[in-house]
Amino acid sequence: MRVLVDDVSKVYADRGGHPVEALAGVTFTVEAEELVAVVGPSGCGKSTLLNMVAGLLPPSAGSIAFEGALPPGRPPTAMVFQEFALFPWRTVQANVELGLEETGGPAGERHAVARRFIDLTGLGGFERKYPHQLSGGMRQRVGIARALAVDPAVLLMDEPFSALDAQTRQLMQEELLAIWERTRKTILYVTHNIHEAVWMADRVVVLSRRPGRVLDIVPIELKRPRMEAMAAEPAFLQAVERIWALIKSQAREALQEGAA
Amino acid sequence: MTRLAVPDRTRALARREHRVARVLGLLALVVAWEAVTRTGWVPALFLPSPLGVLAAGAEMLGTGELAVHLATSLRRIVLGFGLGALGGVSVGVAVGVFSLAEAIGNPLIAATFPIPKIALLPLLILWLGIGEASKVAVIMLGVFFPMAINTYTGVRQADPLLIRAAVSFGAGRWSVIRKVMLPSALPMIFAGLKLGAGTSLLLLVAAEMIAANSGIGFLILNAQNLMETTKLMVGIVLLSLLGLASHWLLVRLERVALPWRAQA
Ligand SMILES: Nc1ncnc2c1ncn2[C@@H]1O[C@H](COP(=O)(O)OP(=O)(O)OP(=O)(O)O)[C@@H](O)[C@H]1O
Ligand SMILES: [Mg+2]
Repeated sequence: MRVLVDDVSKVYADRGGHPVEALAGVTFTVEAEELVAVVGPSGCGKSTLLNMVAGLLPPSAGSIAFEGALPPGRPPTAMVFQEFALFPWRTVQANVELGLEETGGPAGERHAVARRFIDLTGLGGFERKYPHQLSGGMRQRVGIARALAVDPAVLLMDEPFSALDAQTRQLMQEELLAIWERTRKTILYVTHNIHEAVWMADRVVVLSRRPGRVLDIVPIELKRPRMEAMAAEPAFLQAVERIWALIKSQAREALQEGAA
Repeated sequence: MTRLAVPDRTRALARREHRVARVLGLLALVVAWEAVTRTGWVPALFLPSPLGVLAAGAEMLGTGELAVHLATSLRRIVLGFGLGALGGVSVGVAVGVFSLAEAIGNPLIAATFPIPKIALLPLLILWLGIGEASKVAVIMLGVFFPMAINTYTGVRQADPLLIRAAVSFGAGRWSVIRKVMLPSALPMIFAGLKLGAGTSLLLLVAAEMIAANSGIGFLILNAQNLMETTKLMVGIVLLSLLGLASHWLLVRLERVALPWRAQA
């Protein structure tokens, strides 16, 4: 499925009722089966954008639409939340089964599917633990397993690997790319990490600081499957350089504004 | 080089169990009580000895008198508590979830909650008769309010992030209630149940003293009329045991229902 984000703005009201502009006129498209990364400074509205695509937050202006046939038995979207959003009263197993319950398959099948993704995210042996008994990185992987398990047409990921150590992160990135190539889904991926964005994505949407606007959309001209060695190729380095320059100017502006 | 072992700085905050102290405190009370009655300073009519109370209790158990009163009281309290808790949780969830129910229910609860429920007993007797129904009803009312208010508060405390997560995975309104709001409210519901257990004991005894010819409240009042202080004390000890038992049961139930809260 394609995701069409058309001139979307979001204005929050803070406690005093003053408007807080989070996103301003954001337009881009995620093609079917494309992996698009979104980068931008903290507070520029990345999570806001993902929540709007998931239908959890209405845009203040503009529109978001999906295009294409929804494969039967699959939900349109699933989200990996930045704050994990695990249910404290559910075990790892039950947390991963959450989304499968709503599609209404038989319990045995639900169990097996959940088990597969628990193993895939390296949580085997922890099925019966509660979230408070896990480390931060493990909790994050439960959130990833939960979203992957429902096999959505569009996968929304909000800094999904932020709490992982460098090695686990690398393995999870590779795993995600493998799943993506197998299951042919559309992925919209938010990250702070420019290298990660370039290494994984077909295109990278660079947002400005708040209110977030699209500064640039950088196509990544690297072949698939991506190999670790590609991080040394000129195409990789140029893309990183280009995104880094955009973000750096934003950060400098923010600092200067703070000082003034 | 001097070496400084890092101390556990949270130790002052640790809460130990003090198992021995728990038993000793209770034991000391009983021993002191027995000692005072042995000296003969206080006539047995005013304060019977613990052993005497125990003997009287055993005797009442033998004649079946105790069982009759206990069974009557238990039936009233279980019915009243159960119905009140069920009603309170249902109303609390409805008021917590549906804005219309909140608009209607909140002022109603605020207006009726402060009425001491025992004041309603005469009215309830007028409506429902002097029999079981009025006693069950007054206990039900006493339990209903803390349950409704606690459940409502618990439901409102549900984390919006978890509600959004459930919705994002396809949960409808009922699923959200069942999977997020009720589990979020469970700790508050259990706090309400413990409050309600105390309230229902109080209302039970009051109702049985006002209008009954059986039950623990009746037993106590009747014993006083006949100057049978030992029997009176049996009734009081029985109430204490009932309170202990209900609390123990609720704590047990809470452990089973909230396994994620049990430590490590
Ligand atoms: N519920 C809310 N009410 C008011 N303002 C909000 C709310 N949620 C977010 N904001 C504001 O909107 C802006 C964007 O927030 P958002 O969480 O989308 O940023 P982000 O890009 O995901 O940041 P980060 O990279 O730190 O996660 C922030 O300035 C934030 O203060
Ligand atoms: Mg964010």
